Amino acid sequence: MKTLKEKLFQYITYLAALFTILCMLAIIFGIFREGLPLFRVVSLKQFIFTNNWYPTHAEPAFGALALIVGSLAVTLGALLIAVPLGLGSAIFISEIAGSKLREAIKPIIELLAGIPSVVYGLFGMAFLAPLVRQWFNLDTGLNVFSASIILGVMIVPIISSLSEDALSSVPSNIREASMALGATRSETIFRAVVPAARNGILCSVLLGFGRAVGETMVVLMVAGGAANIPTSIFEPTRPITSTIAAEMGETVVGDLHYQSLFALAILLFLITLATNLIAELVFSNRRR
Amino acid sequence: MVKPQLQTRKLNLWFGKNHVLHDVDLSVYSQKVTAMIGPSGCGKSTLLRCFNRMNDLIPETRITGDVLLGDEDIYKNGSDVSRIRAAVGMVFQKPNPFPKSIFNNVAYGLQIQGKIRRSELEERVEQSLKAAWLWEEVKDRLNQSAMSLSGGQQQRLCIARALANRPKVLLLDEPTSALDPQSTAKVEELCLELKKSVTILIVTHNVAQAGRISDYTAFMYLGDLVEFDKTEKMFTVPADKRTEAYLTGVFG
Repeated sequence: MKTLKEKLFQYITYLAALFTILCMLAIIFGIFREGLPLFRVVSLKQFIFTNNWYPTHAEPAFGALALIVGSLAVTLGALLIAVPLGLGSAIFISEIAGSKLREAIKPIIELLAGIPSVVYGLFGMAFLAPLVRQWFNLDTGLNVFSASIILGVMIVPIISSLSEDALSSVPSNIREASMALGATRSETIFRAVVPAARNGILCSVLLGFGRAVGETMVVLMVAGGAANIPTSIFEPTRPITSTIAAEMGETVVGDLHYQSLFALAILLFLITLATNLIAELVFSNRRR
Repeated sequence: MVKPQLQTRKLNLWFGKNHVLHDVDLSVYSQKVTAMIGPSGCGKSTLLRCFNRMNDLIPETRITGDVLLGDEDIYKNGSDVSRIRAAVGMVFQKPNPFPKSIFNNVAYGLQIQGKIRRSELEERVEQSLKAAWLWEEVKDRLNQSAMSLSGGQQQRLCIARALANRPKVLLLDEPTSALDPQSTAKVEELCLELKKSVTILIVTHNVAQAGRISDYTAFMYLGDLVEFDKTEKMFTVPADKRTEAYLTGVFG
């Protein structure tokens, strides 16, 4: 009787894992089935390298360069903000704060990760964008700059908590060795501890990148939505994710526009897949 | 008698309320090997760490009395801890090379001290590796990770790393307890060679090791320095009953 229960339990967990993998495969299959037919009409080169996204014109064009640049612009902008903030707080938590302060700060930073992205978007629209518009005397505060800030703050917890794990797992005898050679605390942090945690930190940045590039609600609300290649950080832009979310409602199932949005989804999927694979690779090389 | 290189006078140390060292008066003579022996928890490692102020890193540490490096009181207000630590090399129980190249491990201390010409840096790294008897084994792979070395090699790398700062004193905290017998023998021989140029203070759990390599031995028990004498003398006619009991293996 007991062995039957054991077997059943094992079987159920096995099914759960299998089902999860099936969901994953179904999503991949779905986006590829709907998206790939676009490339019978539009060449891959045209899709990625031309800048004319007019999906609803009488003579529609599907050059997604502006959307790709938009995604990369807000994501890199977000990293410029999140890496110093995240790494800085990770170093503070792991190396400088005492245990009491650490226990107080860690959950607060992790709480940032629990705020729904629509709340971030709302905050960006209602408070940040008007300020940005005033400060820099712009037509609109909904632009690459504002979106980068909000997105950056949003991925701070990812970079901070993963970097902090990496720093904390550096053995304390490395710190001792450095101090015993006459290094100060900050020299020890920057010349011994951070380099020893390098792969873990890199990993956190990659995962932050993956999260930012796939984030939709914030950029939909704060990036402004113009499908142009921005020439400055104060111009509005429309990343891949906002495009899919904003335009899906206008499409007819199976038409070129519909297919083009799935093609964008494929692109997004491949970017995040590559990011995760690289992160995995870096992570597994960690101990070398 | 020669002037001591290291000296403590009425040294007391507390971790919080725990009184770890009691009125320790110890002299460590120049270019000799001095061994500190005693059962676990007797305070010998703590005493060792007073000589390069590594105990400063432990919160709630309190120290009274003097610790002299040459003529300098190293606990004097305003003394430069970094300079003291560079002048007093330390090697730990478990080999702890940085996860960097062999070269960069040895260069670390020098680079911390400030800008140094590349040619001089290379020369000092080579000298240090030679002094730690590691040069021949690693000269063709200085850019490989220090983690690729064996445990014994890693420990000699740590010695080379400490020597690169040209310290006056080398503190060794049970440096062979994680090593195999062969690597241990090599480190012991190395100590005998190194004492020609540097004063060595070694903590060891291994009484036989103290007998093999040290000129002087300090026996510590429960935070007291019970006995300090020439090793030869202490090992043949110990003055204190507790020393005799420890040396003959009654406790420990």
